[in-house]
Amino acid sequence: MMAGSFGERRNNRLAYMYTMPALLVMALVVLYPFIYNVVVSLSNMNLTRFRDWKITGIDNYISVFADRSFWYFLFKTGLWTVINVFFHVVIGVFLAIILNKDLKGRTFFRTILILPWAVPQYITALTWRGMFNSEYGAISLILDKLFDLRVPWLTTEWGAFTACLITNIWLGFPFMMIIALGALQSIPDTFYEAADIDGASWYHKLKNITIPLLKPVMIPAITLGVIWTFNNFNVVWLVSNGGEPSDTTHILVSWVYKAGFTYFRMGYAAAFSMVIFGILLIFSWNFIKKTKATEAIY
Amino acid sequence: MRGPRALSPAGEIASYLILSLFSLFAIYPILRVLAISLRPGDRLLSKSLAIIPEDATLATYQRLFLEEPFLKWMGNSVIVSIAVTIVGVGLAATAGYAFSRYKFIGRDTAMIGIITTQMFPVTMLLLPLFIVLIKLKAYDSYLALIIAYSATALPFTTWQMKGYYDTIPFSLEEAASIDGCSQFGIFWRIVLPLATPALVITALFSFMTAWSEYLVANVLIQDQDLFTLPLGLKMFQSNMEVAWGLYSAGAVVVSIPVVTLFLFLSRWLVSGLTLGSVKG
Repeated sequence: MMAGSFGERRNNRLAYMYTMPALLVMALVVLYPFIYNVVVSLSNMNLTRFRDWKITGIDNYISVFADRSFWYFLFKTGLWTVINVFFHVVIGVFLAIILNKDLKGRTFFRTILILPWAVPQYITALTWRGMFNSEYGAISLILDKLFDLRVPWLTTEWGAFTACLITNIWLGFPFMMIIALGALQSIPDTFYEAADIDGASWYHKLKNITIPLLKPVMIPAITLGVIWTFNNFNVVWLVSNGGEPSDTTHILVSWVYKAGFTYFRMGYAAAFSMVIFGILLIFSWNFIKKTKATEAIY
Repeated sequence: MRGPRALSPAGEIASYLILSLFSLFAIYPILRVLAISLRPGDRLLSKSLAIIPEDATLATYQRLFLEEPFLKWMGNSVIVSIAVTIVGVGLAATAGYAFSRYKFIGRDTAMIGIITTQMFPVTMLLLPLFIVLIKLKAYDSYLALIIAYSATALPFTTWQMKGYYDTIPFSLEEAASIDGCSQFGIFWRIVLPLATPALVITALFSFMTAWSEYLVANVLIQDQDLFTLPLGLKMFQSNMEVAWGLYSAGAVVVSIPVVTLFLFLSRWLVSGLTLGSVKG
């Protein structure tokens, strides 16, 4: 697979026909609400001013940045994202490499290891919340029986945060594993056979064959993984039961949901959403630029 | 010499150990839910860690199917999820191909645009949706739900398809072109069959998105007759103390079709179709 072996056609009409259906759907479901959200973010809409709202300018944005909880939850969201994605990718790629070997029962193991992904996310979150229950939860019971250890999982700020982390790592690694496995399987055996003939070590094969060929598939997956984790409402919200204890266990997206749908501060929530979007846009733009994920890698 | 996928005996033991450890981590919460769903009604709050509880009973399941509108919710979820899968695969397979093989004006912009939508926090689309629906009183439409879910899955599936098409050698298409195959014929008869593993991932992903989504459905669907499974289960969940067993049984049943689907389709995930065709 040398550079230049992949051609690119220039036929605009056909290319537009292929992309048109997808882009139409996106415009309808995404573009229109997005514009509406921008308008609301510049307005004074809230519970008491739901119908007689008017444009008031950037007041909402000012109150977002002036809010100390914004900066605090931004820090927590960053921590949350980095730890999660790190474990997802490391565990996922590691297991994929093992599953790509000639092992008896690998189909069995692969099936078991996919299960966390197969289980719907909201069920995962609620089930783990049950397991962290201090009286009847399996994790509390096991830790108590084996180590005589009582961890206040859901009643302290960092206990709840760790509980959310464990839950999300559990449900996130199979996705990366499957993506990596798909990519590994598309690497022809002949590449490794040729490397063996040249006497390459496992490290050289990993560095010069496996990782370069995993990259074009993994980079988009990791970029999306970061974004999904950053915006993972379900796990944080459901495991912490809406931010318990006392609205400390939030990431930005669960906090803005509370502002919008519990306190009905629509204008503020819309502006807050725009800020979250802005943060991710800046991150992803840099990430894509650095890794050149939009170009063919080889 | 050992083949590239073979392992030394020590490597094999280590591999099994690691796989077993992670498998235990992966499966334990599922076994735990199973255990709770099998408990008799009077012992839902128990400190037992047994996987098969004493006096295991299917009474909770019986109640779930006969006394609760669970089957109706399941039918609704199946309709929505299958529609989303068909729409999702169609959209991603075509768009991904264009991004992989064609150079056209707006290509990079469109690709960035598609990935940009993933950065929207759920509230950004939900809040306008919520406000508009209240003003129009336009609740309870599956069409809106299906379109919304397809769009949710699309950015990932499109990129995934593009990444996979990129690994299919262009020489195959050139050869087909020389043999007189039309451009659409190349896509339909050569590229798509080779991309089966990616298509399966796309289909599974689209299905999962629709099957497991709670928040959007919660805003769009108010009529209990139109409830999808997540909305129905949430009704049990909101009263966990009483309906803990009902929730667990529901969770097991909801997960079964998805898990079965994985088992049934997983051999496609391993198929080395590309490998075979290049080797000839």
